[in-house]
Amino acid sequence: MTTIACPTPIAMTDRVQLGHGSGGKMSAALVRERFLPLLRNDILAQLGDAAIVDVAGQALAISTDTFVVQPLEFPGGNIGSLAVHGTVNDLAMMGARPCWLSAGFVLEEGLPLDVLDRVVHAMAEAANAAGVLLVAGDTKVVERGKADGIFINTTGIGLRPADFAPAPARAQVGDAVIVSGPIGRHGIAIMTAREGLAFEAEVTSDSAALTPLVDALRERVGDAVHAMRDPTRGGLASALNEIATAAGVGIVLDETLLPIPGPVAAACEMLGFDPLYVANEGLLVAFVPDAQADHTVAALRSHPLGRAATRIGRCVREHPGMVALSTAIGGTRVVDMLPGDQLPRIC
Amino acid sequence: MRYLSEYRDPKVARALVAEIKRAATRRWVLMEVCGGQTHTIVKQGLDELLGDAVEMVHGPGCPVCVTPLEQIDKALALASRPDVIFTSFGDMLRVPGSDCDLLQVRARGGSVRIVYSPLDALELARKNPDKEVVFFAVGFETTAPANAMAVWRAKELGITNFSVLVSHVTVPPAMVALLDSPDNRVQGFLAAGHVCTIMGWTEYEPIAAKYRVPIVVTGFEPLDILEGMLLAVRQLEEGRYEVENQYVRVVRRDGNQPAQDLVSRVFELVDRNWRGIGPIPRSGLGVRAEFADFDAERRFSLDGIHTAEPTICRAGDVLRGVLKPFDCPAFGTLCTPEQPLGAPMVSSEGACAAYYNYGRFRSAV
Repeated sequence: MTTIACPTPIAMTDRVQLGHGSGGKMSAALVRERFLPLLRNDILAQLGDAAIVDVAGQALAISTDTFVVQPLEFPGGNIGSLAVHGTVNDLAMMGARPCWLSAGFVLEEGLPLDVLDRVVHAMAEAANAAGVLLVAGDTKVVERGKADGIFINTTGIGLRPADFAPAPARAQVGDAVIVSGPIGRHGIAIMTAREGLAFEAEVTSDSAALTPLVDALRERVGDAVHAMRDPTRGGLASALNEIATAAGVGIVLDETLLPIPGPVAAACEMLGFDPLYVANEGLLVAFVPDAQADHTVAALRSHPLGRAATRIGRCVREHPGMVALSTAIGGTRVVDMLPGDQLPRIC
Repeated sequence: MRYLSEYRDPKVARALVAEIKRAATRRWVLMEVCGGQTHTIVKQGLDELLGDAVEMVHGPGCPVCVTPLEQIDKALALASRPDVIFTSFGDMLRVPGSDCDLLQVRARGGSVRIVYSPLDALELARKNPDKEVVFFAVGFETTAPANAMAVWRAKELGITNFSVLVSHVTVPPAMVALLDSPDNRVQGFLAAGHVCTIMGWTEYEPIAAKYRVPIVVTGFEPLDILEGMLLAVRQLEEGRYEVENQYVRVVRRDGNQPAQDLVSRVFELVDRNWRGIGPIPRSGLGVRAEFADFDAERRFSLDGIHTAEPTICRAGDVLRGVLKPFDCPAFGTLCTPEQPLGAPMVSSEGACAAYYNYGRFRSAV
């Protein structure tokens, strides 16, 4: 079998578009064509969730993330808790135990202080729960209209044990693909809050620190965890495509096994979205040898965050670098990376 | 999901597939008219399951796909004006015009917003009296009533800074144009369920009789489509050429009368260009003279914009069902969802995008 490579460049444009921040192909192209050529070094070039650097024999994981979410507060969290969870989770996905965080705030003139208080409160709570210390910070204020309420950047440092080094490239043919819970909650929670859409059952963001789940995996499954990823922007589909590409394996998902909550599925039906591309902020996907799959699911289920953990697919030798989905009816389709943002369909 | 998952039951689907295969003594060529149906067929791999019983060709029923380049260029011109807030359904934003798309216009400073309803655009006009709000009114009979309603309400409320750039088209003239074309291969149709929800199916009865083609009003879920195929195949096998209604839970013979009335009060039949198909007489809807103030083309005098379709893109052949997307020389190489040449690659409902996203695998195996 041959795969079709796409020889065309991403759409030519002389300006940054929102799609460049979508986590899809346009984002990847921006990094590859604009940042990497000028900033390249061996560590950056790995483009993992976090960089791994060696300091006197100790592997340190470093990650940074910037948060610009609107609305600032949403069902299940706010920009403060999200800023902690996002960076902590990026460290955890590299197998590291998150230890220290810095936070940089860009505040817009006129922001109500009680909003800021709630955001900082949520940050403190999230950092506490994740077991990280916020040890450095910075604040800038810009004129009204030059920022959207609050932007937060967080940078995290974690320690990675020598015997636990999951990495996307380590996924193997025969691995089981396991998710720690239902998919699509964060993206739909934000979207419904932003558009003022009301559904019968409120969808809350899944935003959470994944450290307890990673601890459970490290203790009970250990280095048999080949790869982990938190499928945030771009959703599960983008995360799996990245792993398939990095590891040179094919991935086959079983549609009947995908844990899509009813309200998420309903919102996606109405808005014309595919839940596989909707963001998550408290979900991990793990690749383990098939023989360890049940054990891994059990380990995840031992913590409340992972109580809906389930197996959704497997790695195959065929179609390396591609993700396929076998549909409930028995057909097969490709689950590709999206070029840019998902656009709602017309009717 | 109640009222949805019942129509995706794999067991029933497999039984229907077996029934279609039993019913067909030869391979029949059917066309699903609506892009939403194309999407379901390819997303679920339905055509792959049917083997030698049915060949599906994907019809012209994706509103994004059939919107001519000229209308897109007019949209781009309007969206670039500093006094305009241009509003549209999401998937029109990435449709390439002659030199860019609406997303790029937005990046250059144009005000382009996604709305879920034309009434949201009207609300935007009410809140921004110092701006001109233009809504890109595209689509078939399905979206026409809501767009007509927006214009009607604008007049009623005396909102003077709202207008619509209309590229509405209607299904029956396109079906007739396809059936009249000498290279037509289509032997039966799955008519678009939601178009018929508005219009009913009386206008399809003379077409079925004259061209001796079964036309089955069909829904959008996998079981709807399989049942629609089965009804069409049975008619063909029995030599019947009638309009049948598979989508009984939604569609009535006379459709939705108040919606039709509203549409005919605001819009009138006009000649319209179809992307890839060319001009079809009396196949589109245009704004009536009484509502001329709300017609963006008249309001902003866009008459000077004339754009010819690119020759390398064979969207027309794909939309006519003569060419499978795979067989287009540009498919997957010069033309991809990242850099679409023609609209069928842009919209997720478009036949080319549906094949690219969900079908690439099959050609690769």
